[in-house]
Parts: sequence; C-alpha cells; structure tokens
Amino acid sequence: MSRPLLYLSYRQDMALLNTGAKRGWTAVLAVGGLVLPFVVQDDLLIVLATAWVAAIGAIGLNIVTGYGGQVSLGHAFFLAIGAYTAAAISGDPDSTRLIGFGITSLPVWLLAAGLVAGLAGLIVAPLAARLRGLYLAVVTLGLVFIGEHVFKHWRELTGGVGVGRPAAVPELFGVQFAVDGAMFTKAQKLYLLMLVLLVIFGVLARNLVRSRVGRALAAVRDRDLAAAVIGVDVTRYKMIAFAVSSFYAGVAGALLYVMIGFVEPGSFNLAMSVQYIAMILIGGVATISGSVLGAVFITLLPRVTRELPAVLPFVSSSPGSGGITVFQVETILYGLLIIGFLIFEPRGLFGIWTRLRTYWKAWPFSH
Amino acid sequence: MTEPVLSFDDVRLSFAGVTALDGVSFTVNPGELFAVIGPNGAGKTSIFNVLSGVYRPERGSVRFEGTELIGRRPHAIARLGIGRTFQNIELFANLTVLDNLMLGRHHHHPYGVLAAFGWLGKARRSELANRLAVEEIIDFLELAQWRRFPVGLLPYGVQKRVELGRALAGEPKLLLLDEPVAGMNLEETEDMARFVLDIRDELGLPIVMVEHDMGLVMDLADRIMVVDFGRPIRTGTPPEVAADPEVIRAYLGAEHREAG
Repeated sequence: MSRPLLYLSYRQDMALLNTGAKRGWTAVLAVGGLVLPFVVQDDLLIVLATAWVAAIGAIGLNIVTGYGGQVSLGHAFFLAIGAYTAAAISGDPDSTRLIGFGITSLPVWLLAAGLVAGLAGLIVAPLAARLRGLYLAVVTLGLVFIGEHVFKHWRELTGGVGVGRPAAVPELFGVQFAVDGAMFTKAQKLYLLMLVLLVIFGVLARNLVRSRVGRALAAVRDRDLAAAVIGVDVTRYKMIAFAVSSFYAGVAGALLYVMIGFVEPGSFNLAMSVQYIAMILIGGVATISGSVLGAVFITLLPRVTRELPAVLPFVSSSPGSGGITVFQVETILYGLLIIGFLIFEPRGLFGIWTRLRTYWKAWPFSH
Repeated sequence: MTEPVLSFDDVRLSFAGVTALDGVSFTVNPGELFAVIGPNGAGKTSIFNVLSGVYRPERGSVRFEGTELIGRRPHAIARLGIGRTFQNIELFANLTVLDNLMLGRHHHHPYGVLAAFGWLGKARRSELANRLAVEEIIDFLELAQWRRFPVGLLPYGVQKRVELGRALAGEPKLLLLDEPVAGMNLEETEDMARFVLDIRDELGLPIVMVEHDMGLVMDLADRIMVVDFGRPIRTGTPPEVAADPEVIRAYLGAEHREAG
C-alpha cells in the first residue's frame, strides 16, 4: 500500500503535480475540456476558445504585474503588435491594399508574433527598470495611446479605422482550422486548438515561475534592495518580466482575432488593458491557474449579461428602449467585481478555491 | 602573515553635507569574528551598505580578497561571495522559507530563462541540487518545521534565523551580520550566538557583525572596532576596547554620568 503524500525524493516533492488531488483534478479538467466541444453548441465553443486565448494573455500580464510587481496598463499595445504581426505574415501577398507575406503556417506566425511583441517589450523595458508603481502605470498607459494612433493611421498594416484587415489564417500541417471540415466544425477545431495552446503556454509559464527566474521576480517585487544584495540583478529581471509578458501578449493577440477572422484597429484601447487587469485581479494575482479562471470569467461575463433582458424587465438589449442596456450592466459589473474582489478577496477566485480546499481538508473540524 | 580577507581603507561617505563615515579603516582576517559597535547613527550600517554596494563612498578603497568593491553593483558583490543580513528583516514575506533560501542560492543556478520554461535537463538538475544544499541549511539552523510557511507568518526570532540562512545559502566567503540579535529575548539570543559561533568554527567563515548587545559582542568577537560620528575611535580585542577611556566616554556614556 503506497502512501500518497510520502515523498522519497526531492524530485517527487518538487514535481508540478505532487499530490493525488492535483493529479485527480488535472485528469477531470482534461477529460472535461476534451468532451466539451462535442456536447456544447458552436457559438458557446467560440466564446470558450476566446477565453482560452485570453487566458494566455492574462498569464502574460500576471507574469509582469503579479509576479514582477510592475503594473502595466500597456497590455493592449502588445496584444496589438502580436495581432498585426501574425496578420501581416499570414496575409495575402497579392493584396495591393495590405502588407502580406502569405505564410499561413501557424507555428511560424505565432512564434513571430510572440517574438516581435517580446522585442517591443524589451525596448520599453528600460523604462520599467527605472519607474515603479503609478509612474510605470502612466508610462505604459501612454503606450496604448501611441499604439492606437499608429494603428489608426498605418493603413497598409491595419487597413484603417472601420475597415480593418483579415486576421491570421490558422493552418497546421495542411489542416485549416478556421473553416468547417468534414469531421469537425470550425468552432470545434478552434476550441481544441486554443485549448492545446493554452495548456502548452500555461505549463511553460508554470515552469518559469517555479524556477530561479520566478523566484527572482517575486524577490524584486517584494524587496528590490534585498534582492540585489543576495545576488539578483534587479534591472535584468525587470526587463525579463517585461519581455516574457509581452511575448505572451503577442501570442494571445495573434490568436484572439482568429475566432472573429477580422482585426479592427480601434479595439486595442485602454478598455482592453483594463479588461486584462480585471482578469488577473479577479482570477488571482501571481497565480497561473488564477489567470485562467479570471480570463474565463471575464470572457463569459458578456455572454451571461446578454441573457439578462429575458429575466430582468428593466434591462434592455438595445439602447433607446428604456431602462439600462446590457452593455451598461456589463461595465457596471466590471467595476463592482474589481472593487468587490479587492476588498473581500484580494487573492481572487484562486483565493476562494484555496479557502474551500483548506475547509474540506479539515472537515468536519474547523481547525 | 596572512592576507586579510577584507580591507577597508580610509573610506569617506557623506550625504548632502552630512558625513556618515570619515576615515574608516580596518581589516578582517581569515576565520575572524570582527565586531563593529557604536552609538545609534555612528555609521555602523553605512559601513555595511558601502560593503554591499548600496552606497558609493567618495573616497577610499574596499578590497575583498584583493578585488576592489567600490563601483560594483550590489548583485555583483554578492556573487563575489559576500552574504548579508539586515538590521530590520528584509525577507521576501510572501515566499516560503524554502523559496527564500533558494533565492539565497540564486547565483548558484547556472541556467537561463529559456531553460526555465522547460524545467528539463540542466534546469531540473540545478533545482534539485540546490534543494539539497538548502535542506542542509534548514537542518543546520533547525528550520525544518517552518519549511513551507510564508516567512511573513513566522515569529520574529525565526525570521531572523531564516535571514541568516538565506545569507549562508549563497555559500559566502564573508558574512555580514547587521544586529543579528536585535529585539530578541534571552533564549533566542543564546540560540543565535550558538549559530554564529558554529558558522565561524565549523564553516571557518570570517564574519563582520554590527551589534548593540555588549555582552554578546564581548563574548563572541575576536576584535572590535568602536565608531562614533562616522569615525573609528578604537580597534582591538574585547578587553582592550572595554578598558579604553575614549571608548567608555563615547559609547558607554561616562561623560553623561559625570555630568549627571
């Protein structure tokens, strides 16, 4: 009879899934995630696929803001760089209106999107190394406005306001993901593709944060002087945090518009950055699984509020018909949720989960 | 004669006209426990901050094993083999004892960011090897029961011990202890004294210690330097220093007694 929590080596102790409960939940989630596309309607699958991509972006923001302690409002800017890099690389090379290189292979444009965004992050990073707190937030906010301006006017790349350009074409080993196939629908394929990518990027990020790099980031966040005195190069790690975060944002940006098939330059605004901040605050700061929870929560929120007019008579689905609209309800909910979580559970959904877990560990005793 | 591990030579440091250190010179020999004492604001911690690269003095030279330290950044100095604890605990409060100690070994991990993503091969071997080294420190400082606690939740005396552990984890060649027993009760002080002696005698590490607890300093130190207003007034063995009239006047407050 083996004892589940008896570790015979540090290797077992330091494994990613080092308890039976973790292994069990991972198996349940894996099976659930794989069964879902065959029992859920296509339009909801697209929303979920979007949530998986948003989760990659949220993980990125959590690396710089949650682990690194550097508040960034510029996430939308890096998402945009990823989106346009991917769209341009896979774009139609014969188009006279838009830049396009016609390379539709997913790994190529995905990696390129991440790298270009990561490089942009590295260029901005020296600022991050010198500023902190509110000052850094304001500087990164500036990035969003610069980005908005450039993307609105660089028509060869973005297509211009109100016109936009087609998103990246997802093609892997000859399989087209964005069109209905003989066996799977477009939604099912995209859902599975994004799920697999989220698992890959999630595990990579989890490895990063439990390594020397993640520890150094947390050290710089908590006490930068002590970090330097024990041998952590503070500037270097602030730059690494920014570069890795931007890489993840680039990857997420490249994938985000594949679902809609279309990139509109006006969408990379402050509201988008705030949405990602909301994801990590609601999901759980400095946790990878919290980033995923928060992304799913925020992405599904509009889908839930859309059902409200049927239940609540004073909520309407379009402006002008009296009462408040679903969009207003959504905005109010964002605000309330952020305030609520900051006051009542700063550790976010992940914190609620840990509390439940501890409760059931000791059940039926309260201590 | 053996080469000193550390030599401070005529160091002067001032902030906007306020002189924090002036003409401070001393040497620390291999295996020696060197104590720095003096009244509040005498510049004891400034000496440490010059040593670990936090402050840059305008004059003088600080050599560690023949290498000039002035002008180097703090993390580079740590890598040369100087470990340090702080007067007011500077631990990473949200991280566990294990992670804090692992951070002490940050520069003993020879892998980069890309390897960290994979947690394979070199990265995993390095993490495992360092975990073993950290567990030795945990045994040595009797921290096993606290291993997985975030340090912010631990009692003060234990936090002091974790900080000592973090400095030791980096396998330093010189240890700087800034008031290791400040605010501790008698029992905790005795525990800490035992650890400090073990470190010097078993590991043979030279130690520079700043401390207010005169009993502890007189018992442990091989040599003592007394500073007042940023100037060294006497350096010698504990009996020599205790008998020096200048020291008694400046530090033990004889003048005050005479006046009162």
